[in-house]
Amino acid sequence: MSMRELTFAQAIREALDEELARDERIFVLGEDVGAWGGVFRCTEGLFQKYGAERIIDTPLSEEGYIGLAVGAAMTGMHPVPELMFGDFITLAMDQIVNQAAKMRYMTGGQVQVPITIRVTMGGGRSSGGQHSQSWHAWMAHVPGLKVVVPSTPYDAKGLLKTALREPNPVVFFEDKVMYSKIKGPVPEEEYTIPFGKADVKREGKDVSLIAISRMVHPTLAAAEKLAAEGISAEVIDPRTLTPLDEETLIKSVAKTGGAVIIDEGYNHFGTTAELAATIAYGAFDFLDAPIERLGAMDVPIPFSPQLEFATIPDEAAIILAVHRILDGRRR
Amino acid sequence: MPARKTQTAILPLPPDELRELYRKMLTIRIFEETVFDVYRKGLMPGLAHLSDGQEATPVGVCAALRLDDTITSTHRGHGHIIAKGGQVEPMMAEVMGKVTGYCRGKGGEMHIADVSLGILGANGIVGGGIGIAAGSAFTAKREGKGRVSVAFFGDGAINQGILYETANIAVLWKLPLIYVCENNQYTEFTNYHKLTSGEGLVARAKAMGMNALEVDGNDVLAVYQAAHEMVEAARKGKGPATLVCQTFRYGGHHVGEPGTAYRSKEEITEWKARDPIPAFEKILLNHKVIAPSDIETMHDQIHTQLQEAVATAQEAPFPEVKEVGEHVYA
Ligand SMILES: Cc1ncc(C[n+]2csc(CCOP(=O)(O)OP(=O)(O)O)c2C)c(N)n1
Ligand SMILES: [Mg+2]
Repeated sequence: MSMRELTFAQAIREALDEELARDERIFVLGEDVGAWGGVFRCTEGLFQKYGAERIIDTPLSEEGYIGLAVGAAMTGMHPVPELMFGDFITLAMDQIVNQAAKMRYMTGGQVQVPITIRVTMGGGRSSGGQHSQSWHAWMAHVPGLKVVVPSTPYDAKGLLKTALREPNPVVFFEDKVMYSKIKGPVPEEEYTIPFGKADVKREGKDVSLIAISRMVHPTLAAAEKLAAEGISAEVIDPRTLTPLDEETLIKSVAKTGGAVIIDEGYNHFGTTAELAATIAYGAFDFLDAPIERLGAMDVPIPFSPQLEFATIPDEAAIILAVHRILDGRRR
Repeated sequence: MPARKTQTAILPLPPDELRELYRKMLTIRIFEETVFDVYRKGLMPGLAHLSDGQEATPVGVCAALRLDDTITSTHRGHGHIIAKGGQVEPMMAEVMGKVTGYCRGKGGEMHIADVSLGILGANGIVGGGIGIAAGSAFTAKREGKGRVSVAFFGDGAINQGILYETANIAVLWKLPLIYVCENNQYTEFTNYHKLTSGEGLVARAKAMGMNALEVDGNDVLAVYQAAHEMVEAARKGKGPATLVCQTFRYGGHHVGEPGTAYRSKEEITEWKARDPIPAFEKILLNHKVIAPSDIETMHDQIHTQLQEAVATAQEAPFPEVKEVGEHVYA
């Protein structure tokens, strides 16, 4: 396979481009996604290539255009609405939770709702409390939705292409800090990545580090430092929360005997809680220490960098958590 | 503004179609009465929202529609579904929670859908179906086959944001979308005048650049004529329209309350004097479209059909518990 380096945003854009070319039913809609190319440049050039009928600028009406997308999906299209900031998902909550997620079920299987909602997540940009939140656990709480949380350009492209071939509603989370900062190899050739398959980003035998979305990167850096101390950490990226590859998580912890879960969403009733429960149940006999949960601190996300960075897990926190486990001590 | 009334000199549809309109109105009335009976006898789980008294609006609107046109409905949706061609047998079975129901017992009386007839579902969220209707209109425009989409909603949805969010988009993008507001004067237990500012939905729609009209929602031909004009304009690419139909529900908000505590006897009597079914009967008899004996026969036929629908649904099985996890994902 011939590889080249793409940014996270370029990988997203390429997936959209290829799938728009493949399937006439796909169209993109959102705020400034058209001629402007998207606030985060993920639709750059697509308007020029596919025209205003398929790359559509909407008014600032999140509930309205996502509702419209749900109806378009039910009648045979595959809409790809974009929510510029994942925080705005609250405005479209009825359409996602009460409509898209359960139309198939409530009609006894009469309809499919192939809609791919692209939303951003992630803090660390001093964007304040309403432009920094990560609501993937909230979405993963809803039966009927699939939830994707890629961490690399390679995964983002392959998973987005899968989403665009899915007959179900998908909420696709993109950490906005990664758009331009994270680069990685992406093959020239066509590929897709199935949902429900975790990726082992680094093999190890002493402890399992399970990281979500952008948190994979500080986790890999921590694993590198731990290696220098002679600690072999395995890094696992679930890649999709629904469906969740429970088997890979449980097998890893059965091997290592310890788990740290790292996420930028809140701890309280969050992804770290769900994954910890899954591991505690599936690998109970193998655990040598309590599972460590490193989520965002349970406060609204503050503006000042000194405060904001205190709320988000980082490399140092991950290393400390690993030591707590290996020391066999409780927090 | 006086609501538009039918000019009865010339009838707008051929006799067989008029008889079909009448049959549907009668079917809705008897269906609702039967559901009430089913509820009282404890044959259905939960509650039901009935639409007797409001039959002219769905029947008049759907008379202007093709099979491939779509509708979205509301919590008070039985009338819309019958008007669009829904069959009473799977409807009754769904009301009773049986596996033979339209949604295999997973939807219930508030969520009946038949996608093959363009019925994209009734909705338990007030205003919740309006986005879906806009999306269907989007698809229809893309397909370019002249198909239209209708969003039915009550006066309660007049103040939901999604109405204006999609209306703005529909005008901008010239979507073939007809907003049909059935104003039955009450949002649950509160008169709509207490809840809605300004001059009402027609004025609001016009302010957004949309064609809008108010009609007597108990006059099936007036509803049909207005809907027909709006639908045909939408088919030709002229964009969305809003139709407000003034009407009244006879029963309570749901079968569990009689609807008399917040509505005066006079008001109810006044509206019952304007019952849409006898009013249409009179027109049909005057124009000799129908004979008094036809009416009786039709009444008996529908009554029997519904008794049989109930009996069949009673005998039908409930869904097996193993189905509970099916249809979450495709
Ligand atoms: C979003 C939402 N808010 C409140 C309710 C509770 N509720 C159900 S029906 C109803 C009244 C709706 O009134 P209207 O739209 O006029 O319809 P009608 O019942 O008169 O047919 C209310 C408040 C709901 N189902 N959904
Ligand atoms: Mg009402």
